[in-house]
Amino acid sequence: MNETSAIVILLAAILTNNILLTNFLGICSFIACSGQIGTAVGLGTAVTFVLTMTTMINFAIYHLVLIPLGLDHLTFIIFIAVIAAFVQFVEMFVEKFSPKLYFALGIFLPLITVNCAILGASLFMIIRDYSFLQSVGFGFGAGIGWALAIILMAGLRQKMRYSNIPQPFQGVPIAMIVTCVLAMAFMGFAGMVSIQ
Amino acid sequence: MVYLWSVLCFSGLTVALAIWLMISERLLVDYGVCKLDINAGEKPLEVDGGRTLLSTLYANEIFIPSACGGKGSCGHCKITVTAGGGPVLSTETPYLARKEIRSNLRLACQVKIREDIYVRIPSDLLNVRMFTSTVESIVDLTHDIKEIRLRLEEPDQISHRPGQYVQVQAPSLEEPVFRAYSISSPVYEPNLVELVVRLVPGGIGSTYLHDLQVGETVNFTGPYGEFVLTENPSVEIVCVGGGCGMAPMKNIIFTIYNKWPDRSCWLFFGCRTTKDIFYLEQFEKLAKKHTNFHVVYALSDKLDKNEKWAGETGFIHLEVDK
Repeated sequence: MNETSAIVILLAAILTNNILLTNFLGICSFIACSGQIGTAVGLGTAVTFVLTMTTMINFAIYHLVLIPLGLDHLTFIIFIAVIAAFVQFVEMFVEKFSPKLYFALGIFLPLITVNCAILGASLFMIIRDYSFLQSVGFGFGAGIGWALAIILMAGLRQKMRYSNIPQPFQGVPIAMIVTCVLAMAFMGFAGMVSIQ
Repeated sequence: MVYLWSVLCFSGLTVALAIWLMISERLLVDYGVCKLDINAGEKPLEVDGGRTLLSTLYANEIFIPSACGGKGSCGHCKITVTAGGGPVLSTETPYLARKEIRSNLRLACQVKIREDIYVRIPSDLLNVRMFTSTVESIVDLTHDIKEIRLRLEEPDQISHRPGQYVQVQAPSLEEPVFRAYSISSPVYEPNLVELVVRLVPGGIGSTYLHDLQVGETVNFTGPYGEFVLTENPSVEIVCVGGGCGMAPMKNIIFTIYNKWPDRSCWLFFGCRTTKDIFYLEQFEKLAKKHTNFHVVYALSDKLDKNEKWAGETGFIHLEVDK
């Protein structure tokens, strides 16, 4: 069992092991929805919520169903099914109880189903042999980290709209380059805490 | 053994998730019966909530034009929602100008009915019907353009304005899709709809229409469109086009000379080679009868040695400038 405390894992998942900037997971929605800060905040919140909840559910299913039955080869497909179903549920739940939030991030929720950061976090949790509390910390931290990265990126892209970018680099190419610079900037945190 | 357990475990979990989602859907997103009011009381409807405005209107035989079938990718299904539509969604903003958002225009395929909803639909669209027809004749106009004449069965007459179009229902693997084609038969033939269709390689609508045989049944909705002939006979009409763009122009020209024999009208039609020319004889005959009608066909490609052409050459828009 991994001995690192849940708080350390949470901080590490946000800064040193940012799921987006060090593992490069969830890049497609990161590039697609980082045009405006408002959108980025909405998607970031939704991802954080879904990440935390699905790591918890997947932890329970993995340790209570798959391991006792010796079916860990089904991990991938079952995790994906759980994530898809959970996203559907969240969509309905938010629609019912907070129409305002639904309209703010409703259309991003279906996008999350195919966000690889969500599946990635659940798989890291298994590979790194986290306990339940550590998994929650990691899921929540990874979500916050992803949200932080996309909000920073949205801020940068809003500024970039006024800069004079050479034509071949306009749009996605410059977004990729800026992501790389952002990832390098996050390497500055590397000495603080670390998880494998 | 492990295979059996795998299958059982996976199917069990999938079924459990499906049941969970179905129960939550029943409990969470049940909107009951909502009121759908069209044009301030002109056509009040009671509908089940939870579906999109486009599909609900469609189920009630109000056919809003939509080329993508409700996927939110064509932006054709714009209608005015005065109340009950909720805020404009991010899926709609790419298709709506700021002015359109201010005047409450929405994409009907993205608006979900959650409460009583009040919409305004142009009366032209309320007249749109679903037609059943049979193929009367198919003529090859060029190597890739066919003229398809459809005899209306139910209802047996269509009332349209020259220039309008219909949406033909074409079967596809998932569900039927609708593709828009201009009516090329003049308005004084109300029980006939003629289409001029160019085969688009891989296209769903044109492939379906090109593969039709005489006697087969075709369904379409219509008429749609704001590209129509002005009713003021003193206005001179200039038609410029090429290929299957002939369809609305043919309708307009024949309608004009049926109604106003002396109205002034020009037809400029661009082709690449002599093989692409069609309908020229019909129009020349018409021009002999009506002196105010002028036909100009122009070829844009260089002539082959064995091609004969006495008319104009060059691109058709340059011809108009002359």
